[in-house]
Amino acid sequence: MNILIRIYAIFSKELIQLKRDRMMFGMVVVIPLIQLMLFGFAINTNVRHIPVGVVDYSQTGLSRVLIQTISATQVVKFTEQYTTVQQAEAAIASAQIRAVLVIPKDVSQRVVRHRSIGSGSPASSDEETSRPIAQWVVDGSDTMISAAVKSLRNMPLAELLSKPVNRSTPTFEVTLLYNPEQRTAVNVVPGLVAIILTMTMIMFTSAAIVRESERGNLEMLITTPVRPLELMIGKIIPYIFIGALQVVIILGLGKAVFNVPINGSLWQLAAATLLFITASLSLGLVISTIASNQLQAMQMTLFVLLPSILLSGFMFPYEGMPEVAQYIAEALPATHFMRLIRGVVLRDVQIIHMTFDVYWLILFTFAGLTVASLRFKKSLD
Amino acid sequence: MSQYVINASNLSRNFGDLKAIQNLDLKVEKGRIYGFLGPNGCGKTTAIRLLTGLLKPSSGAVQVLGFNLPEEAEKLRLLIGYMTQKFSLYADLTVKENLRFIAKIYCLSRRSQEKRIDELLHTYGLQQQKNQLAGSMSGGQKQRLGLSAAVLHKPELLFLDEPTSAVDPENRRDFWEQLFDLSEQGTSILVSTHYMDEAERCHKLAILENGIKRADGTPEELMQQMGAHVVEVSSLNLRQLKRQLVNLPDVITASQLGARLRVLVKKSIPDPLAFLSSQSGIEIEDTLSLVRPSLEDVFVTCTGAGRQ
Repeated sequence: MNILIRIYAIFSKELIQLKRDRMMFGMVVVIPLIQLMLFGFAINTNVRHIPVGVVDYSQTGLSRVLIQTISATQVVKFTEQYTTVQQAEAAIASAQIRAVLVIPKDVSQRVVRHRSIGSGSPASSDEETSRPIAQWVVDGSDTMISAAVKSLRNMPLAELLSKPVNRSTPTFEVTLLYNPEQRTAVNVVPGLVAIILTMTMIMFTSAAIVRESERGNLEMLITTPVRPLELMIGKIIPYIFIGALQVVIILGLGKAVFNVPINGSLWQLAAATLLFITASLSLGLVISTIASNQLQAMQMTLFVLLPSILLSGFMFPYEGMPEVAQYIAEALPATHFMRLIRGVVLRDVQIIHMTFDVYWLILFTFAGLTVASLRFKKSLD
Repeated sequence: MSQYVINASNLSRNFGDLKAIQNLDLKVEKGRIYGFLGPNGCGKTTAIRLLTGLLKPSSGAVQVLGFNLPEEAEKLRLLIGYMTQKFSLYADLTVKENLRFIAKIYCLSRRSQEKRIDELLHTYGLQQQKNQLAGSMSGGQKQRLGLSAAVLHKPELLFLDEPTSAVDPENRRDFWEQLFDLSEQGTSILVSTHYMDEAERCHKLAILENGIKRADGTPEELMQQMGAHVVEVSSLNLRQLKRQLVNLPDVITASQLGARLRVLVKKSIPDPLAFLSSQSGIEIEDTLSLVRPSLEDVFVTCTGAGRQ
């Protein structure tokens, strides 16, 4: 009973302090708002309007229609014209354009004989007819850009000669579940919940506890009957609510602005979020027992935040990482929450079916709390 | 329970190679104000932390209010109050919110909370500041708030770590009046200070230096048992005379007070006046007189801190 009273005492004191700290209060709301708008609009893996140039050796009506047809796909945007390939490559080197389309002199013949247009389907061994109609020279250093240009390799040319397309049956039929329109925001917005919570939860808790010792309050607290665990629990409860508020802001705005559906049940969402918030808070507590001032706490938060952004699967698929990086990613709570929240929000999964991630977050929380309370006791002596 | 609220024997605490407290024996009687007098860094704060169970001793035994430390430190917490050297309540809470927080920490019931807080605000003259943020108050007000927080749960034993270091003389006097009130009500108090006038107000005191207790007793006892004579010399050329006298092996120290020089001469000299008169540099027209020792003299003699 007394334990609860003391936890409540710490909790209500923390609430009053939070209420007075306008800056903090602003950050709770403004950080998710700004980041959601910024990343929701800015991060887009569907590359569009890549600036490219053209070297047109044929200078015919057909070549000009070809350029227009390619422009119509909106993947690239022709901004420059060059007379030689050398000039164009220099322009790529100086980053004026990302790729150049080289149209050969005999483009008309190549088009007529091309298998995607020609009346019959010529044998693939036929050197004469299987030649491509033009060449892309691409700055291949950015894989995302080159992939986008590569996607143009098999673009249909039917409109070019107003002839019916010589369709070939694809080897595989692909059905896209959950995000059939392939909008990046659908994947980014739930992921942002994980990133923003990682940042604010770890930073706020670690700073909040370090502040007690930085301002000398801890010296007074340790002479009272308050136990370390009570202090920690009382201090982090307000931040659980703050984290929940941030999730509501991000997912609510994600739905309103980016039309990201919330397919799963809110209970599942709440459970997954609570698991992650407690895991992040316990990590924040551990940091608070190591850091001796708020600046150090901030730096350590960044140390966790950056891998969380890059390795958790928020920006790059987990599957693409080498094994070592995958182990590191598995250690981060953000990776597990990323899977859980995308599962709940996009795929209406029951988190109980993602046992590994759920157990891992629970384990992380308890490990964090244990380490923190052990270390906290020691820091007095 | 014994008559002693604090009973420590052979208490030591090291921080690495630094011996912060060495073989401290301490007995504090119930209802008394006991003082720790010593320069900065002499181990006063460490001693208090050992006696409150915040630090574990490297060796030695402590009993506080009948509890063995550090094993029973948790039980002791409810019975002691501790006012830290630095203001350690929340600057961004009001006076009332701070006191309410402490009251909740000690699990006072809601009704007794409000009653006790009103009582404290009245006793320590903080009624007008009750809704003011603690951080915006003056040094004296902060100190009164610190004291009221420390005594909120009516502790039997109160530890005060340099409570008056940031306070003007008038506030200091009022503060000591309040300490005597508490003492009268039966609270035992242990206070550390580096002010001589404050030490003199204590019922009993211990002089600490480099973690070692040099002397203890009532202020009067200490002054009587002091191992030196105090001679005041009025002379013209005091600075030069001082430089000359401190070189003598039988002179402990000499310090100037305006137009007089206060010289501490070792007890082993039977007639200090004659001894000094015979020194060159003292003229016939100079007046020498044996005076009553002050606590500062005791302190200087005990600590041998002839820091010139």
